[in-house]
Amino acid sequence: MSDQQNQGPIARFLAASPDSVGKTIIVAVSLCLFASMVVSLAAVSLRPVQEANKLRDKQVNVLQVAGVYEPGIDVAEAFSAFEPRVLDLASGEFTDEFDANSFDDLAAADDPELSVALTDDPAGIGRKAKYRVIYLLKDTDGALDKVILPIHGYGLWSTLYGFIALENNGNDIYGLQFYQHGETPGLGAEVDNPRWKALWSGKKLRDDAGDLQINVSKSTSAAGPDYHIDALAGATLTSVGVDNLVKFWMGDEGYGPFLAKLKAGEI
Amino acid sequence: MSQTRREMLVDPLVDNNPITLQVLGICSALAVTSSLQVAFVMTLAVTFVTAFASMFISLLRNQIPGSIRIIVQMVIIASLVILVDQILKAYAFQISKTLSVFVGLIITNCIVMGRAEAFAMKNPPVASFIDGIGNGLGYGLILMLVGFFRELFGSGSLFGVTILETVNNGGWYVPNGMLLLPPSAFFIIGLLIWGFRTWKPAQVEDREYKIQTVEAH
Repeated sequence: MSDQQNQGPIARFLAASPDSVGKTIIVAVSLCLFASMVVSLAAVSLRPVQEANKLRDKQVNVLQVAGVYEPGIDVAEAFSAFEPRVLDLASGEFTDEFDANSFDDLAAADDPELSVALTDDPAGIGRKAKYRVIYLLKDTDGALDKVILPIHGYGLWSTLYGFIALENNGNDIYGLQFYQHGETPGLGAEVDNPRWKALWSGKKLRDDAGDLQINVSKSTSAAGPDYHIDALAGATLTSVGVDNLVKFWMGDEGYGPFLAKLKAGEI
Repeated sequence: MSQTRREMLVDPLVDNNPITLQVLGICSALAVTSSLQVAFVMTLAVTFVTAFASMFISLLRNQIPGSIRIIVQMVIIASLVILVDQILKAYAFQISKTLSVFVGLIITNCIVMGRAEAFAMKNPPVASFIDGIGNGLGYGLILMLVGFFRELFGSGSLFGVTILETVNNGGWYVPNGMLLLPPSAFFIIGLLIWGFRTWKPAQVEDREYKIQTVEAH
């Protein structure tokens, strides 16, 4: 502390030329420390609210595809009617190896232990998780009413993430909904159009012989109108993507084994 | 100070608009103007970031070493942007889903950097803050204008409220799909610049060269 100059170390530091090497380093380090503290404080303190938002968003989507969502309802309460279960895709049976409330099946698709690389990959997803979280909706008597299955696949620009709701016979579609995609607004993004989504209701996946007949196409289906959803006008590639991903997830590589059990009444 | 504070706030709206005169921040103006609601939130976010980034940079302007000047500005701007992103994710989740990466890309918005470098490094904090607000609003004004045309004629609605019932929903209006795609914003911004420069001829730039006239012999 120099009494002759009558300045403290801070005042001297502030008065020093900002271009000296020492000052450059001190300014850089302290600024970075300060900025990182602000950012981490915000991230940590807001995380609970953000996670609640994410969870609520997912729950709203499950409720919507099951047709029980109305604006303003108590989401958490309505969602309590749904039972999340972890499904082993290959065997089509439930597993209790993971906690259904916290298991992240999309993250699992990147984990070599929990996923398989796809050689035949019509949905364009690269890797498939061995386990998926599905939701069972039971009616008031406790009997199975609907199953909500997560599906995803590549459209034109983006991967579409959504849910398909099936009736308890594992064959009749109740509804389909995508909750995240980046398709062209006004064209491919019309997958969100309620009028188009309504086309899915009441369609069937497989014919009586057990062959997967569901298809999204511009022409009519050879298998009949029960298995055909009219493709979106002006969105050929998005429609092809939806067609592929629904066929993939409903087929043997996807939920096929589970749906067969469901149909046979073994679930 | 050559400008009054009022001028600092109002000037960037028309006379010195960051988009139409300075031609900064075009990239995000293309991306987030397909609906008014998104454009509005983006306006608020950019105004907040520009104002506070300018203020903090101005506070530190005598201490920032010249050699790492840009990096220091980037650190301040980036921290503010992350803050905005975190707050949106917590309290405006649906909108933050629509804005997705574009909030993060405010960091690269030329307006923020441009004002930091051109104004905040040379002016006191309060003036820099007002300048930041003015430029954020100037950016927002264009965003809202472009968003108005794109949403009204592209999806037949304003702020998500249906104005023109579209054919897809059983109405009569055939929406102009091009307006929902980013290139349409180029056309609208171009027309706006044309309009602004016709209204205020002072904004027309001097020619960089003149074709030499050869005199007839």
